[in-house]
Amino acid sequence: MTDITSEKAGPGRSRSTTELVRQGLARRNRKQKLLQGFGIAAILFALSMLLVLVGSLLSTGYPAFTQTHLRLEVFVDPDKVDPDKLKRGKYEEMLAASLGAYFPDVDMSSRTASREVTQLLSSGAEFNLRDRVMADASLIGKTITIKVPASDNFDQLNKGLIKRDTPEENRRLDDAEIARFDTLDAAGVISTPLNTTLITSADSRFPELAGLKGALVGSFWALLVCFVVSFPLGIGAAIYLEEFAPKNRLSDIIEININNLAAVPSVVFGLLALAVFLNWFGMPRSAPIVGGLTLALMTLPTIIIATRAALKAVPPSIREAALGVGASKQQVVFHHVLPLAMPGILTGTIIGLAQALGETAPLLLIGMNAFITSAPTTPFDSATALPTQIFIWADSPERGFVSRTSAAILVLLTFLIMMNATAIYLRSKFERKW
Amino acid sequence: MDDLEAINRDVDTNASKISARHVQVHYGDTHAIKDVDVDIMERSVTAFIGPSGCGKSTFLRCINRMNDTIDICRVEGDICIDGEDIYDRNIDPVQLRARVGMVFQKPNPFPKSIYDNVAYGPKIHGLARSRADMDEIVERSLRRGAIWDEVKDRLHEPGTGLSGGQQQRLCIARAVATDPEVLLMDEPCSALDPIATAQIEELIDTLREKYTVVIVTHSMQQAARVSQKTAFFHLGSLVEYGDTDEIFTNPKDSRTESYISGRIG
Ligand SMILES: Nc1ncnc2c1ncn2[C@@H]1O[C@H](COP(=O)(O)OP(=O)(O)OP(=O)(O)O)[C@@H](O)[C@H]1O
Ligand SMILES: [Mg+2]
Repeated sequence: MTDITSEKAGPGRSRSTTELVRQGLARRNRKQKLLQGFGIAAILFALSMLLVLVGSLLSTGYPAFTQTHLRLEVFVDPDKVDPDKLKRGKYEEMLAASLGAYFPDVDMSSRTASREVTQLLSSGAEFNLRDRVMADASLIGKTITIKVPASDNFDQLNKGLIKRDTPEENRRLDDAEIARFDTLDAAGVISTPLNTTLITSADSRFPELAGLKGALVGSFWALLVCFVVSFPLGIGAAIYLEEFAPKNRLSDIIEININNLAAVPSVVFGLLALAVFLNWFGMPRSAPIVGGLTLALMTLPTIIIATRAALKAVPPSIREAALGVGASKQQVVFHHVLPLAMPGILTGTIIGLAQALGETAPLLLIGMNAFITSAPTTPFDSATALPTQIFIWADSPERGFVSRTSAAILVLLTFLIMMNATAIYLRSKFERKW
Repeated sequence: MDDLEAINRDVDTNASKISARHVQVHYGDTHAIKDVDVDIMERSVTAFIGPSGCGKSTFLRCINRMNDTIDICRVEGDICIDGEDIYDRNIDPVQLRARVGMVFQKPNPFPKSIYDNVAYGPKIHGLARSRADMDEIVERSLRRGAIWDEVKDRLHEPGTGLSGGQQQRLCIARAVATDPEVLLMDEPCSALDPIATAQIEELIDTLREKYTVVIVTHSMQQAARVSQKTAFFHLGSLVEYGDTDEIFTNPKDSRTESYISGRIG
């Protein structure tokens, strides 16, 4: 499609230029309008897709940001806990006794009846109590108030995700169970505070106990390793290629291959890491150090390309000025070019790290999708990462993980947006005009 | 070349500082400088004139080996400063450029403070022993660049915040801060108004007392005003070289005559 009208030869030329221009003007404007229309339509489409994505995540994910809790008065029975073996106490029975007080007509000495009542509680509840007592042994013999999470089904009921008007045979809670919940609710035992577990706990089989701490810490270690490895290597490689390497066929080949490397699918890097880091070097499976090294392989080309672009953007007049007063090439680079290129380099690095944060496939291959219930303390401990945690939860059958998956995605997106915002901020703050 | 006789007459007052013999420069397949021989006198101003693209900048950049930074550029022949071949294996271009300062056609201050702009050269060469020493060098250089009075109260503001003419004088101050023996100036006034131009021309005239100055200019009047010697380049060759008065009043070559009278270029 071209706008150039074939030149009118001979008599046609006699008309004045302004007239010719005016004739074509309407058509040209129409084309421009059309193009603008396309652009606006494309942007609107992208925006609406984004809205749909975030909207659906929010609507499925918001219940996960709160958690149903029961506030119980528990008598820490000296008969049921030996002060020398605090860990072995029968905390479950204490909780059952406390709950039983609300159901006078239930015979709590019957195992099955008692089980039906304690079903309300998360199986993590006894550990909450245990931790309280272990932290302060003087509580033995006293009655304490403790908040414990409700089990997933009752959490769902409280949040309205299990509908009361569903016929009983299709519901996961029968009428008696709902009635018990309502009894407690009427007694003011039930509350729905912010779900801090989502951030403060690691993974668990039980949705009401599962949190992202392990994944957050795992992602942090992996990104740290990734940064520490890829940032200096990437900048070093870029400086060499851009400033020092002779321009010949070899450097052309290297350049092409770095660009190719940036386009290699991430799963391939995962396979490479599996073969090299795990099988050959014998590094630990599922460890953030290996994850970080793998992500560094992927981030490296991004950083190299961004750094080279930033170095190229430094005007040659600055280099000439420095060379002209007798700076050596290395001084030119480190005193002048690199500081000026730094904002661009940092922006590229942050964008590379943001990519790495969301990368899933290579981490699956090196086993960072294991089920691990404690957060790693060093990069050498087994861990998950945010995207692999999402992968694990999305794969879990428990209903409670549906909303938690969306919540985890929202957490991941928040981090990505924060990183990209930092990049934009750095770029605008340090942008120089010559 | 018979023009060289003109130089010989001057030798008793002025010694030759730079002498170039059979200099050839190629950019890839482009032959930019064709067999140029020239002797540049110590403590004098030499002007290079000629039409655009004739190789003035290229030749100037040979004198401080700035062309080394261009991959496709090849320099042949000999250029000696004080009898020493600057293209010799043992000569480090870094050391050479500390002796041969350069002012570029476009003002190019570092995006740093005015003070740091001037102090950078002395700092990397270790010319100042103390802070006070450095302060003195900076002040002396800025004075020599005829810009001290304008910037003395804002030494720590960025050099890029100055006007074009001030920036160019700052660049001159930066170039003289390392106390070079030779100062190369590539069209230093092309971006300046007549007032700043006059200031710089005055400056060049005083610089002559200490330095050997080579200036590229497109202004015949400027060449006539500031220089003692003039070299006319055309299509990569040095057509005519001699005393400025002589070149402008009584050019020997017809090409020189047509250029200075405005018929070619
Ligand atoms: N970096 C380069 N790469 C390739 N060719 C170059 C380069 N620099 C200069 N040339 C060529 O060398 C020749 C001389 O250029 P030079 O810059 O020396 O001219 P000049 O006399 O300074 O012109 P002007 O007065 O316009 O500045 C020109 O033909 C130019 O095309
Ligand atoms: Mg030039």
